[in-house]
Amino acid sequence: MLTRNNLLAGTAALVALALFGPAGAQTPIKIGELNSYKVFPAFLEPYKKGIELAVEEVNAAGGVLGRKIEVISRDDNGNPGDAVRVAEELLSREQVSFLIGTFPSNVGLAVADFAKQRKVLFIAAEPLTDKIVWDSGNAYTFRLRTSTYMQTAMLIPDAVKLKKKRWAIVYPNYEYGQSATAAFKKLLKEKQPDVEFVAEQAPPLGKIDAGAVAQALADAKPDAIFSSLFGADLAKFVREGQTRGLFKGVEVFNLLAGEPEYLDPLKEEAPEGWYVTGYPWSEIKTPEHTKFLTAYQAKFKDYPRLGSVVGYSTVMSAVEAIKKAGSLDQDKLIAAASGLKLMTPFGMVEYRPIDHQSTMGAYVGRIAVKDGKGYMKGWRFVDGKDALPSDAEVLKMRPKN
Amino acid sequence: MTFSSIIIQLLNGLAAASSLFLVSAGLSLIFGVTRIVNFAHGSLYMLGLYGAYSLIEALGRTPIGFWSAVILAALAVGLVGIVIEVLILRRIYRAPELFQLLATFAVVLVIKDIALFTWGAEDLVGPRAPGLSMAVEILGKCIPAYDLLLIAIGPVVLGAVWLLLTRTRWGALVRAATQDREMVGALGVDQAKLFTSVFFVGSVLAGLGGALQIPREPANLELDLAIIADAFVITVVGGLGSITGAFLAAVIIGVAKAFCIGIGTVTWFGFEISFSKLTLVVEFLIMAIVLVARPYGLLGKPQAVQRIAADPVPPLTAPSWKVALVWVVLLLGVPLVADRYITIMLTDIVCFALFAVSLHFIMGPAGMVSFGHAAYFGLGAYAGGLLFKRAGLPMEAALLLAPLCAGAFAVVYGWFCVRLSGVYLAMLTLAFAQISWSIVFQWDSFTGGSNGVFGIWPSAWLADKTTYYYLALACCGTGIALLWRVLFSPFGAALRAGRDSPLRAEAIGIDLRGFQWAAFVLVGALAGLAGSVYAFSKGSISPSTISIGQSTDGLIMVLLGGVETLTGPVVGAAVYTWVRDAVARHTEFWRAVMGCIILLIVLLFPQGLVGGLKALFLRWKEQRA
Amino acid sequence: MSDAVLQVEGLHKAFGGVQAVADVSFAVSAGEMLALIGPNGAGKSTCFNMLNGQLAPDLGIVRLSGRDIVGLRPRAIWRLGVGRTFQITATFASLSVRENVQMALYSYAGKLRSMLSRFGAAFRPEADALLTQVGMLDQAERTCGVLAYGDLKRVELAMALANDPRLLLMDEPTAGMAPRERVELMELTATLARQRNIAVLFTEHDMDVVFSQADRIIVLDRGQLIAGGTPAEVRANPNVRAVYLGSMH
Repeated sequence: MLTRNNLLAGTAALVALALFGPAGAQTPIKIGELNSYKVFPAFLEPYKKGIELAVEEVNAAGGVLGRKIEVISRDDNGNPGDAVRVAEELLSREQVSFLIGTFPSNVGLAVADFAKQRKVLFIAAEPLTDKIVWDSGNAYTFRLRTSTYMQTAMLIPDAVKLKKKRWAIVYPNYEYGQSATAAFKKLLKEKQPDVEFVAEQAPPLGKIDAGAVAQALADAKPDAIFSSLFGADLAKFVREGQTRGLFKGVEVFNLLAGEPEYLDPLKEEAPEGWYVTGYPWSEIKTPEHTKFLTAYQAKFKDYPRLGSVVGYSTVMSAVEAIKKAGSLDQDKLIAAASGLKLMTPFGMVEYRPIDHQSTMGAYVGRIAVKDGKGYMKGWRFVDGKDALPSDAEVLKMRPKN
Repeated sequence: MTFSSIIIQLLNGLAAASSLFLVSAGLSLIFGVTRIVNFAHGSLYMLGLYGAYSLIEALGRTPIGFWSAVILAALAVGLVGIVIEVLILRRIYRAPELFQLLATFAVVLVIKDIALFTWGAEDLVGPRAPGLSMAVEILGKCIPAYDLLLIAIGPVVLGAVWLLLTRTRWGALVRAATQDREMVGALGVDQAKLFTSVFFVGSVLAGLGGALQIPREPANLELDLAIIADAFVITVVGGLGSITGAFLAAVIIGVAKAFCIGIGTVTWFGFEISFSKLTLVVEFLIMAIVLVARPYGLLGKPQAVQRIAADPVPPLTAPSWKVALVWVVLLLGVPLVADRYITIMLTDIVCFALFAVSLHFIMGPAGMVSFGHAAYFGLGAYAGGLLFKRAGLPMEAALLLAPLCAGAFAVVYGWFCVRLSGVYLAMLTLAFAQISWSIVFQWDSFTGGSNGVFGIWPSAWLADKTTYYYLALACCGTGIALLWRVLFSPFGAALRAGRDSPLRAEAIGIDLRGFQWAAFVLVGALAGLAGSVYAFSKGSISPSTISIGQSTDGLIMVLLGGVETLTGPVVGAAVYTWVRDAVARHTEFWRAVMGCIILLIVLLFPQGLVGGLKALFLRWKEQRA
Repeated sequence: MSDAVLQVEGLHKAFGGVQAVADVSFAVSAGEMLALIGPNGAGKSTCFNMLNGQLAPDLGIVRLSGRDIVGLRPRAIWRLGVGRTFQITATFASLSVRENVQMALYSYAGKLRSMLSRFGAAFRPEADALLTQVGMLDQAERTCGVLAYGDLKRVELAMALANDPRLLLMDEPTAGMAPRERVELMELTATLARQRNIAVLFTEHDMDVVFSQADRIIVLDRGQLIAGGTPAEVRANPNVRAVYLGSMH
């Protein structure tokens, strides 16, 4: 029987253990990393592994500027307020040189604005929002991942080729889904002025009533569907749509659905023939990817997800920026990051001086099923720089600093 | 919409209502008998899905395998419910009202991490129901056969629960306890056994609701919080303790959502209205309308006396000026000795402290529990940010005008809320908070939508973190002092009196509603001040400042510190913010650790931290004497 | 009956099809103790709740010193000088005995809206005077939540007297008390009523209390007044004897 005193003693010990754990060594270059680990674990666990692999490789090769690197990770709870505090903690207590990371758009934008205020380099890893480099872009913020606009633009050529008139759209009701939809409508309309958008459904993120949504889309009798659903919403939509015959004779385009994070849970029900952006990890044979894949599988006995590539490449970007700057001075780091070129598992990327967006590309293909698993068939790699708007358009959107 | 689409959407709504009903029925039973606001009910639902997934994998994708997995999963979840009741809740039935909410909140954290540890982070898409994987054609449209089965299961379970409640001795006891908990004690019934059995049945229903969803919904870690709000809404809309009401409410909300989706986007008078986006908030709109029209839900009856198991509220003791002065000096001195981060952390804590104190004011002494207190915090934050950014006011003016805006919202929301009482009142505050949240979330052009507002940094003279900390301390400290002062004023005493006995208050000429309304506005404005100070300390605001999560944090802080003490909320805000920060930094499964810490506090100090320490101190003094 | 403090004429109330109170008329004068008795379900509580504003009568007039008070809210009726005690005591459990009485005094003076002054500073002598009258001064500092039941009844009485009432409405004032305490409380009430010239209307189950303390008694059965008069008259009334089946001595 637990007595109150026993419990008291146990609590004291536990709290002490939790709060006063061993402190790390001081010599390495510290990079502060924050992310919503507990809110989006499916994407961020592989991401974290990617970071670990990169740190290991960099340090095995002797580190940078003659010092080893250390990535100090924090959970921002998916909340911009917490994120800003955690970022402060990394900078002022951990004395990190600069910041990397973040996943949801609102957290990414909040930290970007914070970086501007504090005048430190911030390499946004995951946030897809276009605003982070365009409407709300700033001098201190760089973004690695292929953005919503870019991924949408990559699907446009296939969409145009099909010459479908009646399009229905479904998207999760928040920044990412809204901007994907806006970009898609704009880009398709430019290429195919007679296109008609016959239905638009915006279910709340994570709470789609898939049956009703599938039915409502079917009622509009579309020729094609553009979706930016992912995760549990996607899985529910796929199942309901298939059962209800929504996809019969209808072409479907779905952002992100080819990423292993979202494709693999669907298993044998992966929707065949869908046009998606994603990551066909087992089939990419470039030397840079093979090297990454081998090392990753050796270390974790698991295959990489897209998150792994993003985590890995973010740390590599940070390291290359330090190397190029030759110092940890913020101005020099920013100058170095602008126009920084480096090799990632997806090939060479450049952080464009014009808007600090990296030219990381993505894979576009169609979903097929083999051995009870979905995979990307007939994929091609689209370089990010080919999926961006013209410089003039970018300059118009991005505030002058 | 054509006739056939209307019929199909109706069926879709009914199918969706089925699981919602099962979960809500369990919640309603548990609340009716134990008066526990079981925050962990959504976690039980989530476990139902995970359990069914694993059991189907183990037993095979055959009809027998599938259905035995569903039933076994539901029963297993029932056992989890028993464990929670016996190990945790049973020990704190006599704690102050709502304290159990704190324990169930901790259980949510723990279960979430256990699920993550056991089943991993990836969504688990379960199999279709064997033999029911096809679609049935109705009016030329396809609907999954499984959905039709679900539509039938709802009424069947309703009937079964009804029989259980009306035809068995157990059911008679449950109904009696729902009416008047003391009576059951008086009848010589073993209360512990009754509560455990009710928890078992309620949990089984939640687990069943989850398990039945496995062909429709992947098991994932977001399900617990996704369903819990809906379940509460349905329970309250139906009327607490009314199972039939819960069914009715589930059907109304399920069907309303399906029709919002079915209607899609329409153009009225040149305005484009997206009903599909309305699904974000439709259940809360329905709840607000129902509660305003029917203060006890559709089929509910006026609640029996609430504070039955708990001892009477002890008197409030006024804070000592000397002690307060020592604290102020200490807090002023912190930036001189501590590192920059402590100052930043304290700025957060100071904001949350005012937020928690304002919540405590309304839920403790004024006796009106608010589940949606973040509305005022968040609206204050937005008001500050938007006055600064969109109206171009100086930051100082924006900061100080923000509380007025938050107060203005409280004038409107409070007017409706003070007409209700108990959990109905609490849920109406939540409805208003969610409606505010959804508007902020949707209004891209004005509020920045889901991204929020950026670039709202303090003026140059306040930009330094230490200076800003002093500003926060001054603003929030004044706010807290003001609220405490008011508590001991005639106005505050009248509120406490009204909480103790509304009947007597009315009988000595106190216009209780008027006082409560004024209290709403006061705390709304001060929560708004906290929000606006917070917003400028972060440089940005997002809809999460109005979210259920923020409201819950406030409740946790108040309860953790002790709702029956004055300083409890401040201590709760400090401990909760600091421990979460520290734990999140040092452990991977920080949610579970956090949950365990809260559970320990709950079990050790059923009066909250301050209440518990006070009791310990008194005991120590007695022993010395 | 022109000096009647409370005058009730032709009061009716039906719930659904059931006539709970039918054509009830009576009056109470200043300084008088009037007991309203009757078996369970006779309509006593309904009758009471129509007098204090909790229920609206279907028909009938309720006059307080000549003024019609039908349709007024309870707190408005209180403002006109009606004090109440409840069958189950209703006091403010988290406040001290003195603060309970002060609350009533503050309310009467319209001073409860102040947000910054300190509650309890004013009306202290007045509160203590009332507490002395009900014999509770020695417990003034104690919290109501910890008081014995009989003491709570006294606190209620003190609160009911705080607005200097013309009329006291006491619903089962001695319910739940020991027999000795009952007589004490009602003797105290009677004394105060006479001293301050207050009209008292009370319902009561304990016939000892009724017959020893009431100046007059009215008897309600199935919603109708069946008898009224002095204790001796009522005791002798055959209708009353029939209703109570000889349970009275």
